[in-house]
Amino acid sequence: MSDPKTPPMPACEKVLLVQAELDGELDAAQAAALEIHRASCPICQVAQAELLRARALLRAEPYEPTPDDVRARVMARLRQVEPQIAPAAPHRQWRWAWWGGPSLGFGLGAACAAALAFLILLPEHSDLTDAIVADHIRALQPGHLEDVVSTDQHTVKPWFDGRIDFAPPVRDFATEGFPLKGGRLDYLDNRPVAALVYQRDKHIIDLYVWPQTSAGPHLASDTAIQGYNVIHWTEGGMNFWAVSDVERNQLQDFATLWKKAP
Amino acid sequence: MATASSEASFERVVLPHLDAAYNLARWLMRDSEAAEDVLQEAMVRALTYFGSFKGVNPRAWLLQIVRNQAYSSLALNRGVETVPLAEESDEPAAAELVSCEDSPEVALLRSRESRRVRALVAALPVELRETLVLREFEECSYKEIAEATQTPIGTVMSRLWRARQLLAQAAAAEGLP
Repeated sequence: MSDPKTPPMPACEKVLLVQAELDGELDAAQAAALEIHRASCPICQVAQAELLRARALLRAEPYEPTPDDVRARVMARLRQVEPQIAPAAPHRQWRWAWWGGPSLGFGLGAACAAALAFLILLPEHSDLTDAIVADHIRALQPGHLEDVVSTDQHTVKPWFDGRIDFAPPVRDFATEGFPLKGGRLDYLDNRPVAALVYQRDKHIIDLYVWPQTSAGPHLASDTAIQGYNVIHWTEGGMNFWAVSDVERNQLQDFATLWKKAP
Repeated sequence: MATASSEASFERVVLPHLDAAYNLARWLMRDSEAAEDVLQEAMVRALTYFGSFKGVNPRAWLLQIVRNQAYSSLALNRGVETVPLAEESDEPAAAELVSCEDSPEVALLRSRESRRVRALVAALPVELRETLVLREFEECSYKEIAEATQTPIGTVMSRLWRARQLLAQAAAAEGLP
């Protein structure tokens, strides 16, 4: 049965118990009995050393989560089968196992350190991106989209007065194909933010706006998560985050209109 | 409304194991494109048959579906199966397993050693490879591995043993620590 290339089992059949102990499969009584045996069995002692070595090789390997684009395509396929399936809740795990965490960066050379700093910033940045996409998905549930329903920017803008500690810019781009539908209050990045709701054909675009803080420069970005495109920019001391399931180039057009607006 | 609640359950019960499913598919197929095809088909099957899932362990159930899908895909392609991995650590299939989703920055940082370890795992016979991957990367219990691979626990234990022996020997031959 066994492949001729694979090694034969050792002479002591208890090596599989040694392995089971390392794998956390033995209860206390079994482990104690094994300990007595191992103390006098050189085969099991060698086996344990080899198993620990094999484990050390693999335990240093990072866990690789499913890339966002693969996940998005799977979700799209599942929705073809069962249209009611909602996009998966944003899910991002970042395991540090392989390099032992950010602190390891101190010993590395300058080039590596620079790349490392970039990587350490990345999860924070994507936590906010994830939160924005999650908020957008939540807002798409019936009855959650707008607190003030109006296609008139002169109605939407004053609505925020007294509800929020800044005056978000509000613009309508109906003539350019992005009509304003309304606005609502949301809570992101540990503060209340303004969410402006736009429509593009059958798609909803949420534009989140809040004042920039002094905590370092905010990089512009353009990403996709769970099939939602997210574009971020800053202008006039404000953070802007646009998120939608419209085509990427359409969302980019929308962002360009905002950036060019007087 | 029964369907609505079962879909909610699918999202809550099965989707959290998507990473495990994709990881197993990648290690079985050794090619990220083929792995995604397997993942897609397996997830659709899981969704279709979720109503009849009565087990207690959705992860093992999903992994079993992924494995069956991967094996039929490998069997279909047997005539044109990819060349088995060579001993060299830099050959393309192994490199792809390492880098198929990495940004250049991550690839830069990922050590050469890790690349070689992954190539050694990828070169293991498939039934040893799946057992080792489920145990070491997915941290499955023997019982879960037995369920996912439809194999008696005793066989799981001896496969795990052989996989580790082969890996340790190959690593020693390559001068890995």
